[in-house]
Amino acid sequence: MESVNAKYVSQKISKTRWRPVSHSSLQQPDIFATGSWDNEDNKISFWSIGNHGSSGMDEGFEGDPQLLCEHKHDGDVLDLQFLDQDRIVTTSSTGAVTIFRHHQNSQTISVSQRWPRVHRYPCDNAPCTGVVCSSPEIVTVGEDGKIIVFRADQEGVIRVIENADSSTIHAVTYLRTTEILTCILYLDDVLLPLHCVDRHPNQQHIVATGGQDGMLCVWDVRQGSTPFSLMEAHSAEMWEVHFHPTNPDHLFTCSEDGSLLHWETSTHSDMPSFLQGGRNNSMISRSAMAPAGGNQSLISTWLSGDSSKGRLETTHMLPSQTLSVNSLDVLGQCLVCGTDGEAIFVNRQVPV
Amino acid sequence: MEELDVEPAITNIPAASDGKHLGFAWGPGDILAYETLYMAPGAKGSGCSFIHEVRKDEDIYSPILRKLFNESHHIFVGLQTIREDLPSKNKKTQFVSISKNYRSVIRACMEELQQVAASVLVLQVSILLAIELIWNLCEVLFIDAAPAGPLLLHLLDWVRLHKGDVDEKAREVLQSESPAEHHDYWDVVVSYVLQGRFEEARQMLVKQATLQPAARNMYKLMDTLLSKMPFYNPGGTQTLTEFDVKWRHWHEEVDRCLQDNSFASNQHLEIICKILVGDEDTLLEHKELLSTWYHFLVTRLLFCHPTVKPTELHYYAQSCMTMFLDLRSVPEPLDSILLAAFEFDIHQVIKDCSIALNNWWFVAHLTDLLDHCKLLQSHNLHFGSNLREFLLLEYASGLFTHHSLWQLAVDYFDNCPEFGHVYLELQIERVPLDTERKALKVLRICEQRQMSEQVRSICKIMAMRALRNNRLGSALSWSIRAKDAAFATLISERFLQDYCARGTFSDLDLIDNLGPAMLLSDRLTFLVKYREFHKLYEENRFSEAAKLLLSLITAKIAPRSFWMTLLTDALPLLEQKECNVVVYLLLELGDMEKI
Repeated sequence: MESVNAKYVSQKISKTRWRPVSHSSLQQPDIFATGSWDNEDNKISFWSIGNHGSSGMDEGFEGDPQLLCEHKHDGDVLDLQFLDQDRIVTTSSTGAVTIFRHHQNSQTISVSQRWPRVHRYPCDNAPCTGVVCSSPEIVTVGEDGKIIVFRADQEGVIRVIENADSSTIHAVTYLRTTEILTCILYLDDVLLPLHCVDRHPNQQHIVATGGQDGMLCVWDVRQGSTPFSLMEAHSAEMWEVHFHPTNPDHLFTCSEDGSLLHWETSTHSDMPSFLQGGRNNSMISRSAMAPAGGNQSLISTWLSGDSSKGRLETTHMLPSQTLSVNSLDVLGQCLVCGTDGEAIFVNRQVPV
Repeated sequence: MEELDVEPAITNIPAASDGKHLGFAWGPGDILAYETLYMAPGAKGSGCSFIHEVRKDEDIYSPILRKLFNESHHIFVGLQTIREDLPSKNKKTQFVSISKNYRSVIRACMEELQQVAASVLVLQVSILLAIELIWNLCEVLFIDAAPAGPLLLHLLDWVRLHKGDVDEKAREVLQSESPAEHHDYWDVVVSYVLQGRFEEARQMLVKQATLQPAARNMYKLMDTLLSKMPFYNPGGTQTLTEFDVKWRHWHEEVDRCLQDNSFASNQHLEIICKILVGDEDTLLEHKELLSTWYHFLVTRLLFCHPTVKPTELHYYAQSCMTMFLDLRSVPEPLDSILLAAFEFDIHQVIKDCSIALNNWWFVAHLTDLLDHCKLLQSHNLHFGSNLREFLLLEYASGLFTHHSLWQLAVDYFDNCPEFGHVYLELQIERVPLDTERKALKVLRICEQRQMSEQVRSICKIMAMRALRNNRLGSALSWSIRAKDAAFATLISERFLQDYCARGTFSDLDLIDNLGPAMLLSDRLTFLVKYREFHKLYEENRFSEAAKLLLSLITAKIAPRSFWMTLLTDALPLLEQKECNVVVYLLLELGDMEKI
């Protein structure tokens, strides 16, 4: 039974993120934030899907996301992250970085802190393309090739790494608490920019990236500059890749070609115990390099290029072709994504 | 040049002062107007620095209507993928369901607008109501194309759907203490009868019957008459002729009751009986309850000609409209559109709608659907394309002027086989490219459609911008994507100049990893190889470095301006053991100097 509905929101969604839930509670996430782009007046908005402890819902019932509050945003929202329960950091195409605070009681949003024009060229603003945060530290990257470090409570910037590259830096993620990984280019016969990166939640040396050609690559950062495995995922740019935070055998990717794929590895050669409705493909990963020697059981299934050791199932999660899916986020059993067709899709029963 | 159908509308520009001459320039979706300094003699004047933008289509900027555009785009794309080889019966069901999808999108928008309840939106709500009314009728008459028999049932549904106030009134009456004594009670009963909703009418009448035990027989008679009225059952085994016979039987029975004065003592029941027999004067007395001539039409057909054929509709429609509307009142555009629909004149419907509405959305989608149903004859316009394509092009061009909805327009252009590609080529270059991400999306659109000119042009814009901001690596990757050799040469020159100025390279990552892309231009190849030379030197692989340097010079891809630098680089090699190679090198260079 399809449990995905589209909600049309009159703005192209560039980013969507779940508000983090505390690890102790088993609650499903209920609030997510979205940022828009390509509007004359862009906005950030908070939405609720009303999941407060209601576990006994009917199978097919899906309430629409309800708008809680919204706030004007200067420039396209190029990236958005939750700093903590109440605050989000956004980066803008005007080169500004802003922290917004969501006041839950009054359902309003206020600007908590702002660093305008941190990313810039000598005579122009540079869009700030990515942000990653580990409260209170915030790291942003931009088209000007700079990496800038802030602290949430301090006015100025802590550190600027100029000219980290002369190309645009598209994405950034934390490797360890003191290291970050930025994402620019990759070579496999043709030079292609990488657009997104995500680190495996448990095994920090494993990183997945997605690029301009829609290829999904899994890397081991300890070993060299060639990806471990390359998989043909999409027919156009891949915009976001996410490991499931608590169940990292599952990976989600979304792309300009309008599809959202759910990848699942399993170490058994039996068929997986479920089949999501919709198109379903089996993909065997091609590996560029054999796994290094050592205890096989410690090597993640993502790195096992050999098809006999693991099987990769992919499923399309959206009911039909849409315009580009720009962003997705997954937490618990809930998945939210936003498209250029000005629609938000929420799936509350992701099989993980 | 054809004559104008209507007088052009006049729009006042409020901010412009009186008596000034206005100049103007056409834009893709609007006009820019400005005051000029041209003055009549004797007039005083000062310059004015304003430019006025006059937009025809406000709808695409409405946030609620945007959902209409996005959702209908989704439906449109799905419609185009319906396979041609399906049997026509399956296709018809699919087309009807697509039509219903479109209508439900319109309704959803309408409901949302009504909730917002601002006064300025009342007009929009009424326009959407009218649009849905017309679309529904077109669905019944053209797409579903029901024959005599089911036709009337569909028309009844149509009228019931668009006359919602009956249910509201009924609810009010039923919730009152004594429904049968409510002042609207008889209005509700008559309205139900007029709409052919006899079940509800009978339930209401029961309440009145219990209040008047003396007249019980009369009410029972009315109840019997109402329950026995035959309705055609499309799924049943009864043929149309059999139904007709049954209906005439029933009609005679009602007429007999009327002649017998069975209801003479109760004027309400008498009225209902006259309605059932189809008496036009009685129907016309209830103009307020009917409220529209097309309701009157359907009611009249229900009680006089339930087996009406589609081809006969226009005759009844015309006469009903004449009877219902006063001689004084002017027919509204909606009336003439509906009349044209009843006359099965699709082209007239489309033409009238195009004139009446300020947005091409409705006519474009409706025409596209009708075209898929193969209902439009090819109608050659002066512009060489057919009607469907013309309307879709107009609609999509309007979308392209919107800062955000331009992405939808791409799919519409894709489905216009003759001119869509050309339109897209012209429009896509005008999309402003503020960020790299947007540029990538536009590029993807162009590359998927083999629009190589536009790809080159966009990449060049982005590369120039990067160059201006001294982002050489970015500029280089843009020119590689465009396969623009000339630009790659330019950028490589800049890299080399940089090196000469600073003594080191910037952007080593990019240059080191170009791979086969470095063959794009000679200068680029030289740059990569030169960098490789430096790398080899740093790794103390002197013989290979020397050989590379030599090959660079003999292959003649080193620019003349760089020879001094190359010689300077060769000097340290003299100290190494491979000096014979270097000597040869120097001789080579000397050789070339002579030439």
